[in-house]
Amino acid sequence: MPDEITLSVYRGDKSGGKEVEYKVPIETGMVVLDALHFIQAHDAPDLAVRWNCKAAHCGSCSAEINGSPKLLCKTRVDEYVGEVIHVRPMHSFPVIKDLVTDVSWNYDRLRQVPAFQPAIKAPFTLQQRDVDRIEEFRNCIECFLCQNVCHVLRDHDAKDRYWGPRLMIRIAELEMHPLDTGDRLELLKGAAGVGMCNITKCCTVVCPQGIDITDNGIIPLKERVADVYWDPLGGLVRKLHK
Amino acid sequence: MSEDIAYHEYDVLVIGAGGAGLRAAIEAGEAGLKTAVLGKSLLGKAHTVMAEGGVAAALGNVDPQDGWETHFYDTVRSAHFINDYRMAEIHAKESPDRVLELEYWGAVFDRTPEGKIMQRPFGAHTFRRLAHVGDRTGKELIRTLEQKILTLDVDIYQEITATKLFKDQDRIAGCIAYYREDGRLAVFTAKAVVIATGGWGKAYKVTSNSWESTGDGAALAFRAGAELADMEMVQFHPTGMTWPPGVRGILVTEGVRGEGGLLFNSEGERFMEKYDPSRKELSSRDVVARSIYKEVKAGRGTPHGGAWLDITHKGAAFVKRKLPGMYEQFMALADIDITKSRFEVAPTIHYTMGGLRVDPYTGATSVPGLFAAGECAAGLHGANRLGGNSLSDILVFGRRAGAGAMEYAKNSSMPKIDGAEVRAEVERVLAPFTRSEGENPYRLHEEMQEIMASHAGIERNGPELEKGLARLQELRERTVNMRAPGSRQFNPGWHGVFDVQNMALLGEAILRGAIERKESRGAQWRTDFPDELEEQGKVNYVQRLTDHGIEVRPEPVPQMSEELAALFSRGVAPGLANSARKE
Repeated sequence: MPDEITLSVYRGDKSGGKEVEYKVPIETGMVVLDALHFIQAHDAPDLAVRWNCKAAHCGSCSAEINGSPKLLCKTRVDEYVGEVIHVRPMHSFPVIKDLVTDVSWNYDRLRQVPAFQPAIKAPFTLQQRDVDRIEEFRNCIECFLCQNVCHVLRDHDAKDRYWGPRLMIRIAELEMHPLDTGDRLELLKGAAGVGMCNITKCCTVVCPQGIDITDNGIIPLKERVADVYWDPLGGLVRKLHK
Repeated sequence: MSEDIAYHEYDVLVIGAGGAGLRAAIEAGEAGLKTAVLGKSLLGKAHTVMAEGGVAAALGNVDPQDGWETHFYDTVRSAHFINDYRMAEIHAKESPDRVLELEYWGAVFDRTPEGKIMQRPFGAHTFRRLAHVGDRTGKELIRTLEQKILTLDVDIYQEITATKLFKDQDRIAGCIAYYREDGRLAVFTAKAVVIATGGWGKAYKVTSNSWESTGDGAALAFRAGAELADMEMVQFHPTGMTWPPGVRGILVTEGVRGEGGLLFNSEGERFMEKYDPSRKELSSRDVVARSIYKEVKAGRGTPHGGAWLDITHKGAAFVKRKLPGMYEQFMALADIDITKSRFEVAPTIHYTMGGLRVDPYTGATSVPGLFAAGECAAGLHGANRLGGNSLSDILVFGRRAGAGAMEYAKNSSMPKIDGAEVRAEVERVLAPFTRSEGENPYRLHEEMQEIMASHAGIERNGPELEKGLARLQELRERTVNMRAPGSRQFNPGWHGVFDVQNMALLGEAILRGAIERKESRGAQWRTDFPDELEEQGKVNYVQRLTDHGIEVRPEPVPQMSEELAALFSRGVAPGLANSARKE
C-alpha cells in the first residue's frame, strides 16, 4: 500500500465552489473521515464536515465519495488505492459550506407526520415477531442518504410532491405498529406522495443500515393506499365495518 | 463593531439536545411554557445515540425479585458510597415509569416470550435489568424523544453553540450563542435555564465520546458561579476498540459481556476470575477496566495493548441477533468477524461521573434559575457509574430538571441581560478571527489530551497529578490566544476555540479533585494511596471558581436514613435474601 493518498474535497458554499486536492498519509484501517480530520488539523482548519459518533450510529457524516452516497466514517480509504478520492456534499440538499448541507427540509417533514397514537396505556404486550418488523425501520439513523439518492428528489427536485424514503420509513413504522390507531393513508396518498416512488430501489442500495426500504416499507404502504383508494369493493366493505 | 444579533425570550431555555435536554424540554413544553432547546448538532445526533447496552429499570420482567431497593443497592454500592443517596433512590423508583413512558411515546424494545419488555444482565446489576433494543438502545431513546418533541410547540435550534451564560444580579438571565452554519450570534433571555450538555470525555485522546463531549454547559455554568463536585471521577469503560488506530477508543458495548462474552489475557487466562471471582466479566466497570490495565502492565496484554474478548462460543446467529451493531462495527472498521474470532479491547474514557452540583429533586444548581441534568450533573453515580444507569439518569433527572425549571419560571419575571456584557462577549467570540498570530486550537486540543492521559489517566499519583496541573495551567494561559483562519461560515477551527477553552477549565478541575482525594475509590486509583479510606468516603470534593482561580473544599456526603442503610447490612442484595443465588 502507498504511504499517502490524494483526496479531492469540495470546498465552497451556496455561491459556488470547486474541488481542492490534499495529500494525506495513510494509516491502517483509515476511513475517509479520518483523512478529512487530518486535513483540518494540518492544512485547512476551516474545512466544514459534519460528524459525531464516528462509528456509523448517528448518521451525521453523509457525503458522496467518488459519486456514491456514503457515510464518511464507514468508508475505508484502502478501498480506493490507486485512485483519487473525490469527496463532495450530498447533491439533493443545498450546500451550506464544503461538505455540510442544509437538511432542514427533512426535519420539517418529520414534524408533519402524525405521532404514534397508542390504543392503550403502557406497558404493552407485544410479540418479538411484530416488533422485528418495526425495529427494522426504527434502525434508521437519519443520515438522509436515501433522500439524497432518490431520483424523485435528486433529479426532479420534487420535494413538494414526495417526502422521500426516510419519511416513508417513518410512516411505515407507525402504520405497522400493532397498537397504533392513527391513520396516515390520506397523507401518504396526498402530500407525502407515496405514489411518486417508482420502485427503483436506489434508496435500499445506499442505506448504511441495510433497511429494506422499498420492499418492506414503501411497497406495503403503496398496497395499503391502493387497498383503500383504488379497490372500490374492499373500500366499501371497510366503510360498512367502521 | 456593529453586529447584527438576534434576540429571543423564553420561559425555559434548555442548552443541550441529548436525552436529558430533550426530556427536560418535553416536560416544560408539554405544560405550555415557552420553551427552546439549543443543540450543537443536528437533532437526534447527540451523544445519547451512542449508548448501546440498555436502560436500567427495575421492571422485574425477567427477574421478578428485582425492585427499586435492589437497583438502589446496586447503584450506591457501585458508586462506592459517595453518591447522593436521594438521587439514587429517586432514580431507582422512577426509572420504570420513564421507560414505560417511552414505550407509550413509540419506543420499541426487544420482548420476552410473554411479550413484555426484555431485560438483559449487565455489570454489577444483581438482576437482569436493562431494557434494550439489540445494541442500539440509545438511538431508540433519542429517536423517541426527538419524535415526541417534534409534536410539541417547542422551538428547536440546531447546530448552535452557547459560549456564555448571563446573570441578572444573582439569578440566571440567559446566554449568547453562535450558529455553527454562518457564525451569526443570538442572545437568549430566559427565566430559567437547564444545562444538559453531557460530559467532557474529549479532554482525553482515547475516548468513546463524540466530538460534542467538550463539557460546554458545565464550564459555562462553572464560570457563572455554579459549583462542581466529584470532578476526579472519570470513568474508563473497560472495552474500547484498540485497532486500527482510527477507531481506537470506540465503544464495545458491555452487552458483549452481558450476553456471555469472556475476557482473556495473552496467555489464555480468564483473568477476571482472579480479580473478582464471583462477578468475573460482569464486575463493575472500574474493576474490569483496572484489571485489563494491570494485565497489560504485567506483560500479558494483546498485540495492541489490551485483552481478548471472545463471544464466539455463543454462535453466529445469537451474536448477530443480540449484538448486530457490534458485528457490523467490527466487520466494517476492523475486518473482524466477531462471530468467528476473538477481538482486542482496552479501557477507553467513557463517562464523567462528576459535574454540576444539583439539588436531587429539581436539578437546581447553586445559581438561582440555573438547572442541570444528565452527564453534566454530579450526584447519582459517585465514584463509578453502572452500565445502563445513564440512560435512566437522563430520563429521570431530565424530566425533574425540566419540571424544576418550569416551577422556577412560573414564579419569576423575565430577567434583563446587560448590554455591555453582551458586547464584551461578542468581541471575545470574534477575536480569533482578528488575530494575525495565535495558537492553533487543534494543536492545543492534542496537547491537552496528552496531558490528561499522562497525568490523570487510569493510574494516578500525587506528583504526576501536580505536574499535570502545572502543565495544564500553562496550556490554559495559551487558550486565550487562539486564532481561527477563514470565515464565520461553518468553521470547525473557530468552533474548536471554545471547545478547547471549556475542556481545559474542566480538565483543571479533574486534576484538582484528583489531587485532593488522597485515596483510591471507584474510578480514582492512586498508587500513592492504594486503599479506600473511611474518612475520605464521608466527603465529596466541591469546586468553585473565584477571582483567584478554582477553590476546592470537602463537603459531607448526605447520610441516608437507618431504614435505607439497613439494606447494606444484610450481606446480600435485596431480593436475593431468600434465594440460593450468591452475590
